[in-house]
Amino acid sequence: MPAILPRRFRASRRVLPGFTLSVGISVLFAGLIILLPLTGLLWHLAQLSPADYLRVMGTERVLTALRVTVTAAALATVVNGVFGLILAWVLTRYRFFGRGVMDALVDLPFALPTAVAGIALVALYDKSGWIGGVLDRMGLQVAYTWWGIVIAMIFTSIPFAVRAIQPAIEELDPAEEAAALTLGAGPLQRFFKVMLRPLLPTILTGVGLSFVRSLGEFGAVIFIAGNLPYKTEIASLLILIRLDEFDYPAASAVAGTLLALSLVILIAINIAQNRLQSYLRTEG
Amino acid sequence: MARRFLIALAVGFLALMVLAPLIAIFHRAFADGAGMYLAAISEPETLAAMRLTVIAALVVLPVNVIFGIAAAWAIARYRFFGRRALLILIEVPFAVSPIVAGLCFLLIYGAYGPVGAALEPYGIQLMFNLTGIVLVSLFVTCPFVMREVLPVLMVSGAEEERAALGLGANGWQIFRHIVLPNISWGLAYGVVLTTARAMGEFGAVSVVSGAIRGETMTLPLQIELLYNDYNATGAFAAATVLTALALVTLVLRGLLDRFGAQRKASI
Repeated sequence: MPAILPRRFRASRRVLPGFTLSVGISVLFAGLIILLPLTGLLWHLAQLSPADYLRVMGTERVLTALRVTVTAAALATVVNGVFGLILAWVLTRYRFFGRGVMDALVDLPFALPTAVAGIALVALYDKSGWIGGVLDRMGLQVAYTWWGIVIAMIFTSIPFAVRAIQPAIEELDPAEEAAALTLGAGPLQRFFKVMLRPLLPTILTGVGLSFVRSLGEFGAVIFIAGNLPYKTEIASLLILIRLDEFDYPAASAVAGTLLALSLVILIAINIAQNRLQSYLRTEG
Repeated sequence: MARRFLIALAVGFLALMVLAPLIAIFHRAFADGAGMYLAAISEPETLAAMRLTVIAALVVLPVNVIFGIAAAWAIARYRFFGRRALLILIEVPFAVSPIVAGLCFLLIYGAYGPVGAALEPYGIQLMFNLTGIVLVSLFVTCPFVMREVLPVLMVSGAEEERAALGLGANGWQIFRHIVLPNISWGLAYGVVLTTARAMGEFGAVSVVSGAIRGETMTLPLQIELLYNDYNATGAFAAATVLTALALVTLVLRGLLDRFGAQRKASI
């Protein structure tokens, strides 16, 4: 129990050499490459008065871009929650021909550069593409609409959902499902009470990571989005446009909002996950 | 019944959402024949973009390997003020969107930022050139090595290292003969992820690259340029190079998983 040891014993942990070197390198690098740039954004934000900030954020164009980004990310996240659970379940529980290939394919969106994903998705969903051609005959259009943004976000964030949920399914005890079956639980009851309940905290994490990733996604989205202001313009693109106009305050305001949103969601997931886990434990 | 239905759903989803885009890349790249593909891929601008991408990755990788190992070692082996803050800070790049990341660098190291403005009189420019590309790539990829090495160090514990110290080994000997063999699999994993991400980063790099044709265009940026020039064959041909890189990454990951797991099991 190190906590009750006297201080000088705890200090003796530093007998291993390399303390100054490793901490020095870490702090120097983290300071220059991570902390300083983030401070740069905060510094620019701090120069904005609340009124300036509201004026930038309150314009129709910014509000629409944020709405387009958040709603598309939300739908993509719901889809990824459902299919992430199915994929994670199938990959952990079943052994079948082609499972290894499927497992590798799940990681492809993570490994594939986003610009490549972007042009590949347009090639598919454009009227001249395989899927876009079929949809066009049905009178539907995905490329250059809000739906295209959703498709791109689903593509880039599906690995986050699957890989977050998978370890939790591995830990589930199949015996409990069997027990529920022998006790006469129906398939729905088994699914919701025995399977879904213990998985909830991890599903929440996977879904949250996938949402944050979708909020910030740029490369995959801009090719398929159409990028029409007030219609299919995402927040990241608007930041870039303001930057090209040398409107640094506006770019910082939108970027700060996007960053704050991502961080708040990540912190919220963390807290919710801890609460949910202890709740599930006490419920037994 | 449920099993078949679920497998069919999973296969259908992956085929439509992931496999189809993958095939579409190669289909479009070779749409005008292999001759056009080869011509497109050996365009001087595309080759220059490939060269720049490789150079940037070659600078980023060793720096992030050193940082990743140092940070993992410091966090796993010592208790110090700011340890938790450091741990959280290293995870931050994963939460920051690429465009926001690029903007942050521009706001501090650019000509209008405090650091950039201070360096300007000396003729040092950090943004809109290779330095800028390297700096944002360092930011985007810095969590990977640390993330893979830290858990290995945490699990392996410090007993072997203390024993070596007691036997009179110096810091370098401990690192070379005990730490490095222990972390080698995790480190390899981190190297693979860092390389792939550094070569493929688009959003953050596009903010700070300056986009000078044939000079500061990385391969992902060149793909966008070609695509917007209505040079579809050129764009998709360049894309096959990065796609091949992604596929190699996946294969290496699979191999490391297999051998890494075997090694763990044998201990």
